[in-house]
Amino acid sequence: MNSLCRIFSFCLLLILLPAQLSAHAFLQHSDPPVGGKVHSSPAAVRIWFTEVIESASSSIQVFDAMGKQVDKKDMHSDRSNHSLLEVSLPRLGPGIYKVVWRVMSADTHVTNGDFKFQIAP
Amino acid sequence: MCARHVAFLFATGEPSRLGAAVSHHTGGIFIKRLSLLFWFVFALCGLGAASRAFGHGFAGARFFPATLSTDDPFVADELSLPTINTIRTTDDGGTRETDISVDIAKRITPQFGIEIGETLTVLNPHEGRAANGFGNLELGGKYQFLKSDAHEAIVSVGLGVEIGGTGSNSIDADSFSTWSPAIFFGKGFGDLPEALRFLKPIAITGVAGIAIPTSASTRSITVNDQTDERDIKIEQHPDVLQWGFALEYSVIYLQSQVQDMHLPSPIDRLIPLVEFAMETPLNRGAGGPTTGTINPGVIWAGKYLQVGVEAVIPINEHTGNNVGVIAQLHFFLDDLFPNTIGRSLFGGNK
Repeated sequence: MNSLCRIFSFCLLLILLPAQLSAHAFLQHSDPPVGGKVHSSPAAVRIWFTEVIESASSSIQVFDAMGKQVDKKDMHSDRSNHSLLEVSLPRLGPGIYKVVWRVMSADTHVTNGDFKFQIAP
Repeated sequence: MCARHVAFLFATGEPSRLGAAVSHHTGGIFIKRLSLLFWFVFALCGLGAASRAFGHGFAGARFFPATLSTDDPFVADELSLPTINTIRTTDDGGTRETDISVDIAKRITPQFGIEIGETLTVLNPHEGRAANGFGNLELGGKYQFLKSDAHEAIVSVGLGVEIGGTGSNSIDADSFSTWSPAIFFGKGFGDLPEALRFLKPIAITGVAGIAIPTSASTRSITVNDQTDERDIKIEQHPDVLQWGFALEYSVIYLQSQVQDMHLPSPIDRLIPLVEFAMETPLNRGAGGPTTGTINPGVIWAGKYLQVGVEAVIPINEHTGNNVGVIAQLHFFLDDLFPNTIGRSLFGGNK
């Protein structure tokens, strides 16, 4: 019975332990939103992740429909929220833009993804 | 990995597992075997050392969950504890069979991993005594030889073995071993054109392999106590084509790659899916109809674990007449223990 208790304790530990840990970072939400439409050029693309991000080993790039990188290449994390990354944008015209991100979470797991947003005329 | 082949019971042509029903006290053995598995993992823990982690179920932006009924193509550090599968079979006028399994997968290199699994089977017949006991120990290895992040694709090959004689006689565990070479694949549809963007969250994983028993047949002799007559039964063990696939729609992918639908938690982490787990006997006079199950269900995937539940629906009368249930609690060891057992032992992590 003691062994059974140990095994159940182990399972419980596995479930409770994550409160102290980091994991794979998923995109939680973004501004502009994934697949969204805005009516004026945003000043930046901001992405909130599910984990704290190592900004030095991460990147966000924004491309126009022709595949040309249009962001200001100044990606950085928010000072008060290290799970938020942002990259500044110049004034952009109407069109569809693609955001490509690759991030490393605090425990060195690497994830990546991309999404599009539209600036409507 | 970590899927339980729910179709297997139906296709093997086994006689009633209750034929030699003897109620055994197996609790102590169960604990010992589980402890053995844990020590196995923690022994590997001491060897774990590497640089950067990539981890479970990813190909590019695609996260593939561990499927419950068909094996997935990934080499990963995972623990399924437990997987519970229960269904009423037609044996002995109706027998409730419940399987409680534990499976562990450990990466040796980023592309190669090993797996170990054990199942406790509990048989409750409509009439007669209940029986329970362990199935044969299952070991496996898997090599992931192709991965395309751009196309969210992955292909691997594996070899599994069910070690005969390691299971309990009370549930008629096979006395012979069965080898199972297989090929696994996974493909996300994220590269579909933009016009079909709401189909991008769809993914398919699948497996095709052959279970090859090391014994072509077994002979059993029963003696009638009253007449002293001997009844000899010869049971054929055919090679069995095991195939299946899982069709899934990832709400996670929809939200983060295609369109933020502002879905609330926990819906935003769901992956509805339907699995098809099939078996087709190939030879030794047992070449017959394919048996298997169709298993619709849903997986919720969190940061460190996932929970899945599926209905188990037989595809035909040869498989069964009753609907069962399979449920699983599955831990991502690479996220839980990123600096120890969650890393591949050699070769870093890619």
